[in-house]
Amino acid sequence: MNSGVMGWIEDKLPAWLFVALLLSIWQWAVTQQWVASYLLPSPLQIFHTTVELWPEILAATLSTAQSISWGLGMSILIGVTLALLFFAIPVARRAILPFCIFFQTVPIISIAPLLVIWFGFGQPTVRASAFIVSLFPILANTLTGLQETDPQLKELFRLYKPSAWQLIFKLQIPSAIPYMLTGIKISAGLAVIGAIVGEFIAGGGLGSLIDAARTQQRVDLVFSGVIMSSGLALLLVFIIDAVSRVLLRGRPYLRKL
Amino acid sequence: MPSIEVQQLSKRFENSAHTIFSELSFTLAGDESLCLLGPSGCGKTTLLRLLMGLEQPSSGTIHVEPQQGIQMSYVFQEPRLVPWRTCLENVLLPLELTSQDSSSSRTRAVELLQQLGLAGRLKHFPHELSGGMQMRVALARALITQPRIVLLDEPFAALDERSRFRMQDILLELKTGMNLQYVFVTHSISEAVYLGDRILLMDNTGRAKDCRAITFGARNQALKLTPAFNAVVQTYAQLFGEMEHSMFESDVCEASV
Repeated sequence: MNSGVMGWIEDKLPAWLFVALLLSIWQWAVTQQWVASYLLPSPLQIFHTTVELWPEILAATLSTAQSISWGLGMSILIGVTLALLFFAIPVARRAILPFCIFFQTVPIISIAPLLVIWFGFGQPTVRASAFIVSLFPILANTLTGLQETDPQLKELFRLYKPSAWQLIFKLQIPSAIPYMLTGIKISAGLAVIGAIVGEFIAGGGLGSLIDAARTQQRVDLVFSGVIMSSGLALLLVFIIDAVSRVLLRGRPYLRKL
Repeated sequence: MPSIEVQQLSKRFENSAHTIFSELSFTLAGDESLCLLGPSGCGKTTLLRLLMGLEQPSSGTIHVEPQQGIQMSYVFQEPRLVPWRTCLENVLLPLELTSQDSSSSRTRAVELLQQLGLAGRLKHFPHELSGGMQMRVALARALITQPRIVLLDEPFAALDERSRFRMQDILLELKTGMNLQYVFVTHSISEAVYLGDRILLMDNTGRAKDCRAITFGARNQALKLTPAFNAVVQTYAQLFGEMEHSMFESDVCEASV
């Protein structure tokens, strides 16, 4: 792998150039009026709108970011705890895991109205929505990771007659970390979807900004909202990658898992 | 006073008609080191695992003085390092698991790694080391508990020849320096002759031949070029041949030299 500036150019520059090309074509097509600007606003127009309405957009983005962090954070906390519980107590796994799988199969959009009834309008429902959709991947991946501890390492540990706690904390949890991170990465994307869907119905944040813009035919504002929400997802992936780099510094070959 | 006493030892795995070996007896004095020599599949590793207590005998007894456990340590066929721990942390693992971790143990681990030529690698992760270095870390990990007896299962088989010779000499140095006794599994006759005070020849039919005391003066790699050394190797090759011919058709004999 190349390092430094040259490496960056070789690695990332093609993608940036391609994005620039696409944006230019888009801008050009709209200025030439091949596409009506009320259907597809030009990139520059979207940019202007975003700058103009920045305080509102920023507030909405922060509110959504808060809900996502809360939902994903709870998913990590509860998902990992449940995975440890299921791993330690197989009966609990057999009793509760099917319920979790069922939970996972219910489309979030169909229970969102129910969440509004339970939690009311605004952030609590949005948080619950982000939490529900992001719980399962973390739980399932962590559980798999715990169960797939290398038997050879287990035998090595067994030589020294470790306690159950030592096995969990020094062997099984570290073994599960790559799986856990994969689960969190999947969940991060889902949490963004869950939060936006929740906001469509319960209000607040980027979801309701997009929804309101739609009813006012402000396609440019819809685009601003879309861009901000994918920006949030990207930021999350970036943070998770940074954490992975630290946690998997002994196992760089597993980072792309 | 014998330090390892094996009497009438038989091993057959559950659900298997094949007896690995039966009624194996030998004793090993406190200052002797033993090489287990034989073709693949003859039960060398199984015998070693029995000595360590990783397997239970089908019948017969193993008496180890001092008692099995921390006084004894085991080196696997592969380094089996914990990937998320640095060299130093890997070496300290046995002490952590047996709650003997102290500030002085850290100093001792560092000294041990220095002695094995890994002074500059303390903070490296296993994936950053060559196979030979990983094996030396594994050896240091086995020695950190200050065992009286080290059991080694073909530890150098995967190394290139230079590293293998280097490791053999390191082992001989440690033997005198730390007053160690080892049981060493190998399928290389010359390695067995070089490292063993005694050699236990095993064949694929579950029989074993106990061969005594080869006394060479100083053991170093130059010894391997002497006629005396080669004569001993020849003798063992012949013995091997006899053991196999007495049971097998000549065309299925394994070439062991």
